[in-house]
Amino acid sequence: MRAARSPEQLDVVVTSTASDSHTWNLVYLQLTIEEAGHRVHNLGACVPDDEVVDECLRRRPDLLVVSSVNGHGFTDGLRLITALRSCDDLRGLPVVIGGKLGICGTAGVHGELLEAGYDALFEDDPELARFRGFLDSLVLVRR
Amino acid sequence: MISFGGFVRAARARGRLVVQPRMGMSDPATMRAGLLATRDAAATTVGTITVDSYTRVGDNTGAALALARGSAMNGYPITAHSRRTTRRVLHGLGFPVQVRHGSAMPGDIVSALVAAGMHATEGGPVSYCLPYSRLPLRDSVENWTRASERLAAVPDHHMETFGGCMMGQLCPPSVLVAITVLEALFFRQRGLRSISLSYAQQTSPAQDVEAVAALTSLAGELLPDVDWHVVIYAYMGVFPRTPAGARRLMAEAARLAVTTGAARLIVKTEAEVHRIPSVAENVAALEHAGDVAALCTPAPADGRDTETYAEARAMIDAVLDLDADVGIALDKGFSAGYLDVPFCLHPDNAGRARSYLDQDGQLRWSATGSLPIGGPSAHRRDMTSSDLLAALSYMERRCDTN
Repeated sequence: MRAARSPEQLDVVVTSTASDSHTWNLVYLQLTIEEAGHRVHNLGACVPDDEVVDECLRRRPDLLVVSSVNGHGFTDGLRLITALRSCDDLRGLPVVIGGKLGICGTAGVHGELLEAGYDALFEDDPELARFRGFLDSLVLVRR
Repeated sequence: MISFGGFVRAARARGRLVVQPRMGMSDPATMRAGLLATRDAAATTVGTITVDSYTRVGDNTGAALALARGSAMNGYPITAHSRRTTRRVLHGLGFPVQVRHGSAMPGDIVSALVAAGMHATEGGPVSYCLPYSRLPLRDSVENWTRASERLAAVPDHHMETFGGCMMGQLCPPSVLVAITVLEALFFRQRGLRSISLSYAQQTSPAQDVEAVAALTSLAGELLPDVDWHVVIYAYMGVFPRTPAGARRLMAEAARLAVTTGAARLIVKTEAEVHRIPSVAENVAALEHAGDVAALCTPAPADGRDTETYAEARAMIDAVLDLDADVGIALDKGFSAGYLDVPFCLHPDNAGRARSYLDQDGQLRWSATGSLPIGGPSAHRRDMTSSDLLAALSYMERRCDTN
């Protein structure tokens, strides 16, 4: 059972993509989100698409954060968001993606990922402040 | 092919450290050229064939499709290439080659390497499952049981446990030592008799020396009827950005290997932080490591009277008490939290133990969860996100700026 929580506290699921075995990025995100006052369930490395969908249906988080640094984030991320958005109950779930998404950076992939259903996209390190801002905004609009 | 374990044993008797690269190319001719360059380097070398990531996760179809399309992969697809092709890659090399893969489902890979006439590989039910996959540990134990028994039937077989490299960094040495020893005992129980135990260089030379001494003592006590040696991995975390910093770190790894009496070293290159290294960069790293090793003198110490030994021994004994079958004991040991790898997100890892880097660069506990070693010696809060970033880049800073 979930403990009672304030409206300021978000339940956040953090996940990698199906082919990405890196986890330090996930650990860092978890600490960052927890330090902003929210609760995190971290799915870890190499999570198959259907497992992300199932976890979101079961946990009904306030936000899903997808992180990928192995260069396949664009391909894997596109497939994942399509699976999530094709599920009626998850159409409104806020979902963001970040990391090193392509082997040549994220130039040119922004539009396609947002079009496919991500609510926001964050580059590697420099955009962490913008990500923290996104968390704050999400709390505001949920009130 | 020359016996892997026998080659390392003979080199050790001559006082030579065996050095080995990480290397895997999808094209057979390129792979063979890399092996020939490794063999011909001015150092005592063994070769490596690293498999690609499709094959690693069991996607043999994906590997075959990529081959058919002619797209380069990040390793040698040993199940997609025919055994004839792989035999041609290996033909007449005259030195031992180890297959490296990172798979929690190693059955097909082991069958393919045996079919091609090879006999040496590495990994382990814990070390190739927990850090890199979500496969239940119990399933990995089963997969590794079958693969180990398959390899044990091959004369001259050799198996290395990757357990001393868990997470690459920030894992306190006692857990690394305990897991690599337990995986070695698992392999022994599955019939393997030539085994290497690993340890990845961490952030403090003094702590590393103590850890390898503890590992060597434990292996001597617990593997009396096994041909075993210790393999050191050059630092696996964020690597220095400058060539001088990278060489300094590599030299520290070679010194660690020789002084502790380890027999083999897996190198890293100056290019590591920027991209996948070329064959020439690998050869340069092998020769640099070999040169440094030749300047160092073995001074192995008795590791039994150390904190690392006491902690590792407590974990090993607690796990072995859970079941006569080491595979089952490992699974139960993680469930009970007797083994707990800090920052490992796998669902079967308890995740209650936490580590931090102290001011001398030594790895310490901030929380010990259910580990059978008592609480942390000093009260210390867990690392914050910025502490974590600083810890992950500690060696880069130390080696690039000194």
